[in-house]
Amino acid sequence: MSVLKPEVWTIAEMSGGALKGVSFELLARGRALADKLGVELVSVVLAPSVTDRVLRELIERGADAVLCVEHPALADFVCETYSRVIAGLAVERAPQIVLAAATTSGRTLMPHVAISLHTGLTADCTELDIEEGTGNLLQTRPAIGGNIMATIKTPENRPQMATVRPKSSRPLERDPYREGRIERVVFSPSAVETRVRVLDMERDVVGFENLEEAHIVVAGGRGLKKAENFQLVRELADALGGTVGASREAVDRGWISYPHQVGLSGKTISPRLYLCAGISGAIQHLAGIKTAETIVSINSDPEASIHKVADFAIVGDLFEILPRLTAKLRQRAAQSAYTEQEGGRP
Amino acid sequence: MDILVAIKQVPDTDKVKMDPETGTMVREGVESIVNPLDLYAIEVAIRLKERHGGKVTVFTMGPPAAEKALKEAIAMGCDAGVLISDRAFSGSDTWATSYVLSRAVGVMGRYDMILTGERATDGDTGQVGPCLAAWLDIPILSYAGSLEAREDRKVVVRRLVEEGYQKVETEMPCLVTVVKEIATPRLPTLRGKKFARQTKLTVYGAADLGIDAGCIGLKGSPTKVAKIFYPKVTREGEMVRASNGADVAAAVDKLIAFLDERDLIGT
Repeated sequence: MSVLKPEVWTIAEMSGGALKGVSFELLARGRALADKLGVELVSVVLAPSVTDRVLRELIERGADAVLCVEHPALADFVCETYSRVIAGLAVERAPQIVLAAATTSGRTLMPHVAISLHTGLTADCTELDIEEGTGNLLQTRPAIGGNIMATIKTPENRPQMATVRPKSSRPLERDPYREGRIERVVFSPSAVETRVRVLDMERDVVGFENLEEAHIVVAGGRGLKKAENFQLVRELADALGGTVGASREAVDRGWISYPHQVGLSGKTISPRLYLCAGISGAIQHLAGIKTAETIVSINSDPEASIHKVADFAIVGDLFEILPRLTAKLRQRAAQSAYTEQEGGRP
Repeated sequence: MDILVAIKQVPDTDKVKMDPETGTMVREGVESIVNPLDLYAIEVAIRLKERHGGKVTVFTMGPPAAEKALKEAIAMGCDAGVLISDRAFSGSDTWATSYVLSRAVGVMGRYDMILTGERATDGDTGQVGPCLAAWLDIPILSYAGSLEAREDRKVVVRRLVEEGYQKVETEMPCLVTVVKEIATPRLPTLRGKKFARQTKLTVYGAADLGIDAGCIGLKGSPTKVAKIFYPKVTREGEMVRASNGADVAAAVDKLIAFLDERDLIGT
């Protein structure tokens, strides 16, 4: 592995002093690309302060090196500050590829950096590969609500930049013996001067769901008939250890708040399991769930579009099915807890 | 307050039907509309004008037919419209598009705030807003769920992010991208429609904007589309019917077995 060859970078994300899962997903993507190119994979971390112990996990999950910039002004995401730091590092070290997560931060930061570096950026990629011969990054993304897939290249400009859809790849297993180096970069204070002040971060908003990072999403739509019936969805989500989503119809009727909305005018998600009830599957809704690993639909209309994209479809009355499913799952959980307890006895 | 609203004309996905075989969109004969997510930006701009006075100018880059989108925004309550249109612009990616928009903003004169939707429902990149802020070197506040403009020229925004809301403050001029929960867009009024018909749009081509020809269109775009393909989104999964009580019990058991098989039930 030559250190002179331009590196592949991933931009790690932190929240409340811990690395977020997307940081490791990006490393799994970056590792495959770096191996094909025979170059180093570098994870870039911006933080107010962070220990080697925390950063080590990036190495154990695929990075050859960690590039860490510490400054109190980097405690919260502020686009222009982050952009200036990352663009500055990129000018200095000239990576050939820069990947970030297609999160609210990544999707704000990367376009800003791309302008500074005069290079191309592809949004929300679900597949990445290296082109034979040219070594160019092949960036594949859904467009027009997931109805077409486009493979995009940035042949002339460097770095090649992409944001990657969260949950579209799995982190590598942690390897405690993996070796790598941690580089701490000292940055001039003027780089972090900003016109934007962070006043507050409201984390525990009542009824707020972090849909993008959920492994399991249980969603309800117009078929629930009224706001109170969302309780059936909440209970099932609870029994499955999932979070609650909703269709646009349910949100527009005021049954549940906007942060729950899945689809073209809401959130695009890729959970391991998307289970929905009383949702017909309008194009806009399907756009938000097409990359879910498993889709389960419950709808009384056998012709509903949602059934066509489902891996498992039940044509039936959600008011009968949801309570029974929830009860069965709870029963099982109680049984397995009981068995464990029994088994644990001396 | 002088506000610029950047909008895009997109195909009306609401009226689009799905091909039952492939699950892809049937795009023939689809009408063009104002990007639904830009309607929230238009609404916020009009409310700010109603409260603080000033002028709202809506602008878009697109073919001549995009005039219709501008007129619709004016019918809602915007005061003026600017169409940025030139054959040379076609094929521009987000880098080139935001470059053209930034040149147009430069020509349009003084402004306090630029508002735009979080993304367009066709391209779905959400990149043009942050790119435009970078070109203009003004602060960007993205994913705004609420916005407050103060008399001292401070702008306070609550950004809807994965973990909750980040509350941030900056000074004008700035660029804000908004999400749906910020406001409910109004419908155009008859008076508004009449005003829109009478309003003459400003049209800019490449020559009016002092554009560097190497920075626009397919040639000036750093990204190139290498391939387009249509994914088959129908999954042909298992379908069970549950029309009576016994069916429901069987269907639920079958679903649980299916979830188990895919290791989706936590233990």
